[in-house]
Amino acid sequence: MSSQQNIEVETKTLPAGILLKPKGDIDLSRAPAFRTEIAKGIQKANGAVFIDLNDVPYMDSSGVATLVEALKTTSQSGNRLVLFGMQERVRSIFEIARLDTVFKITETLEQAQED
Amino acid sequence: MTSDNVPADIRIDLKSDTKHLASIRGLILSLTQTCGFDVVESGHIALAVDESLANIIRHGYQHRNDQPINISIWLLKDDQPGIKIVIEDEAMQIDPDDICGRDLDDIKPGGLGVHIIKDVMDECTFAKRECKGMRVTLLKHLKPKTLDCTENTKTPR
Repeated sequence: MSSQQNIEVETKTLPAGILLKPKGDIDLSRAPAFRTEIAKGIQKANGAVFIDLNDVPYMDSSGVATLVEALKTTSQSGNRLVLFGMQERVRSIFEIARLDTVFKITETLEQAQED
Repeated sequence: MTSDNVPADIRIDLKSDTKHLASIRGLILSLTQTCGFDVVESGHIALAVDESLANIIRHGYQHRNDQPINISIWLLKDDQPGIKIVIEDEAMQIDPDDICGRDLDDIKPGGLGVHIIKDVMDECTFAKRECKGMRVTLLKHLKPKTLDCTENTKTPR
């Protein structure tokens, strides 16, 4: 099987929900671990899910697919999922896939927490 | 392997292991910026190559990590400078017409890779190789204002 690398995802509980902060490139080698970590975070969430992408310099379509799945899961449970701190290169793939209007994307955590 | 009977400027033979993806992205980023592509274009070309390799590893080789992938790169000169990248595998052949991205209005995980490749490159073609496997050809031309990588020390920006 092809190599699967771990990814560090920092988790922090907030009054409005949970904050997840992945670190590093998210490509096919890390997407399975990213998917697992995001699913764990969503399970813990008691409210909204805020994903901080400040420390993600690169993301491919497998990473985007994980976030689409996460968006569907949170929507089904009646919660919000917000992405913030997206770097230009990562934002670009959301625009190409026309997902920049599907997700709520903000610059900062403060903006992300606004309803 | 040649393109129009011209040998490639760079040729890389690698195994189908996802651990190589970051290194190939780094190489493509560096090479395309040296050629005169701007940061955004270089990022897009690296993304297209990454998505192509990921498709081969995931769909062609079903995540086996020991299968061959060959990347050939031509730095195009003359009247249409740019870069041409050919990626070949030895995976099961499929009809190139069956390789298509999902409808972007259908929001669901997956199916974005091919759409992204076609969006960011000037040309993207899939073909069956003569003997076995598939070939994807990616082409991106430099915009008129950017530099030909063969003359970037001579021509003012």
